[in-house]
Amino acid sequence: MTRALSAYIRPEIENTPFCPGCGHGTLMGTILRAIDDLGLDMDDMLFVSGIGCAGWISSPHFNADTLHTLHGRAIAFATGAKLVNPALKVMVIGGDGDLTSIGGNHLIHAARRDIDLTVVCANNMIYGMTGGQAASTTPLGCFSATTPAGNPYRPFDLCKLLDGAGARYVARFAITQPVELRESIKKALKIKGFTFVEAISPCPTQFGRRNQLDQASDMIHYLQQHCIPKETATGNEEPDMIITGEFVGA
Amino acid sequence: MTTPTVKSTFPSLTKGCYFFSGNEAVAEGALSAGCRFYGGYPITPSSEIMERIASRMAEFDGVFIQMEDEIASIASIIGASWAGAKAMTATSGPGISLMQEGIGYAAFTETPCVVVDIQRAGPSTGQATKVGSGDLMQAKWGSHGDYLPIALSPWSVQEMYDLTIRAFNLAERFRTPVFLMGEEATAHLRESINIPDHVEIYERGRGKGDPFGTDEPDGIPPMPAFGDGQKLLVTGSTHDRRGFRKTDDPETHRVLVERLHKKILSHTDVIIRTESYHLDDAKIGIIAYGFTARSALFAVQRLRKEGILAGLLRLQTIWPFPYDTIEAWTRSLDHCLTFEMNMGQISGEIQKVCQCPLHVTTQVNGSIISPATIEKSVKEVLP
Repeated sequence: MTRALSAYIRPEIENTPFCPGCGHGTLMGTILRAIDDLGLDMDDMLFVSGIGCAGWISSPHFNADTLHTLHGRAIAFATGAKLVNPALKVMVIGGDGDLTSIGGNHLIHAARRDIDLTVVCANNMIYGMTGGQAASTTPLGCFSATTPAGNPYRPFDLCKLLDGAGARYVARFAITQPVELRESIKKALKIKGFTFVEAISPCPTQFGRRNQLDQASDMIHYLQQHCIPKETATGNEEPDMIITGEFVGA
Repeated sequence: MTTPTVKSTFPSLTKGCYFFSGNEAVAEGALSAGCRFYGGYPITPSSEIMERIASRMAEFDGVFIQMEDEIASIASIIGASWAGAKAMTATSGPGISLMQEGIGYAAFTETPCVVVDIQRAGPSTGQATKVGSGDLMQAKWGSHGDYLPIALSPWSVQEMYDLTIRAFNLAERFRTPVFLMGEEATAHLRESINIPDHVEIYERGRGKGDPFGTDEPDGIPPMPAFGDGQKLLVTGSTHDRRGFRKTDDPETHRVLVERLHKKILSHTDVIIRTESYHLDDAKIGIIAYGFTARSALFAVQRLRKEGILAGLLRLQTIWPFPYDTIEAWTRSLDHCLTFEMNMGQISGEIQKVCQCPLHVTTQVNGSIISPATIEKSVKEVLP
């Protein structure tokens, strides 16, 4: 079943810039379906994004006010806009490198201040736009353009980070769980205060091809096999498993 | 083209004489100009600005927020400006260094905002509590790429107030970031200032139309706010008149960068202000700005009593630079002297157009340049 989402896209837009197999197009559709479900008026919404592939999900595509900012700083820009005009419904959409590495300070402080923002982090576990360098979210041992011997460092658990920083709502779902992801974004948008949704999004072009997951379908299968709902997790999972669910504010 | 509105309004305080520090005067100037968003981070010697704004902003239904760093501060005021508020931040050299990427974003997206730099002796942490004037070239060239900032240099507590208002007016009128280049000595100086009964303030043109381009090559487009229903498309990437990214189109980039230059350069008659003292018959000319101009004026008055025909040209606008004024004035001089609390940043600009021998005195010890130093330098160049 499809539904008409064209009203949510600027009329000038003819296609998206995302690579084959990228999850960001699915995430874009999922966000718009959540907004459509809630009946939000795009004229009341402001979408703020930073630099990187995920920064292009809302800008220029979304038919609303869109602010495409500097690398890492989207949340700080959004904070200023939201405080001046509290009537704006403000969503920040960014990638893992943008929001949690270069922008990590703004992320935790906006959560601490409980600024009324919904942050959607499209986590593809890699720097995609710049050519596949390791991110703060690249799993231990994974290969990237800057970890030719495998990533020696542990990744952030973003949901634990945001829980610790005081976010009102924290959830993680992969784009292979579209219904849960959509419901999660809806819940985040409805809760007043700082809310955070981590959306695991496959990047076969930069992450997959270096980690024996070359095909788009390989990464989809990988996520399907490695995402475990927290309700069924035992706590003894291997480190490469991805625990999904609502962690705060469920 | 946008048509900014000019209106006469009550200042933040009732008319009268007040005894303020320079930093307090900046805060009141901002509130008088209509500043309704302040995002900042503490740093000596500017912190009293944010402290006074923090205690006063609620009276004006504005927003004050202490951000997590200076990068967030500049980002927050840009976001606030696009939401419709007049916005500012204040900092010192290390903070200005951190803000530079955001300042370039503000210039490229034509975002009105005011950045106050209370300069201290650098580089690096330097002398954090001592005066300096070493950030002037950073104000001009600090962010990457080509853009033309506006920078003002106050020399008194009264001007800390007046030029803060002017900084907001220029920012709103020309849709660009404007620097107020204060110095520690003026920021912590206490003087009497006069608050007028009315101040003239500019409001940006918020109408419909393309927000990033005009038919005039030097035009300033209208600037609607988020929430106005205009579905704004703001990006720091190269963009067309409506805001769509056109990063591969050479012509879009050329037109945009050239217009951002022309909108400043074609209005230098409005932006540039200088003041002259005893220039009519002067043979020895001093060019100074900021606190140093106070010492220079004192020195000129003493030299005049000794029969030495000295004069002073004070630069109130640093960027865009008053090349034409300096070229014209130095034609009639025997000698021109400059005094700076840096290694000669502005003297290099003066040298480009100076029509007589130029003598540069620099002092970077964290102290103000005394009138005695200036008198001594003048007497050394006398025949």
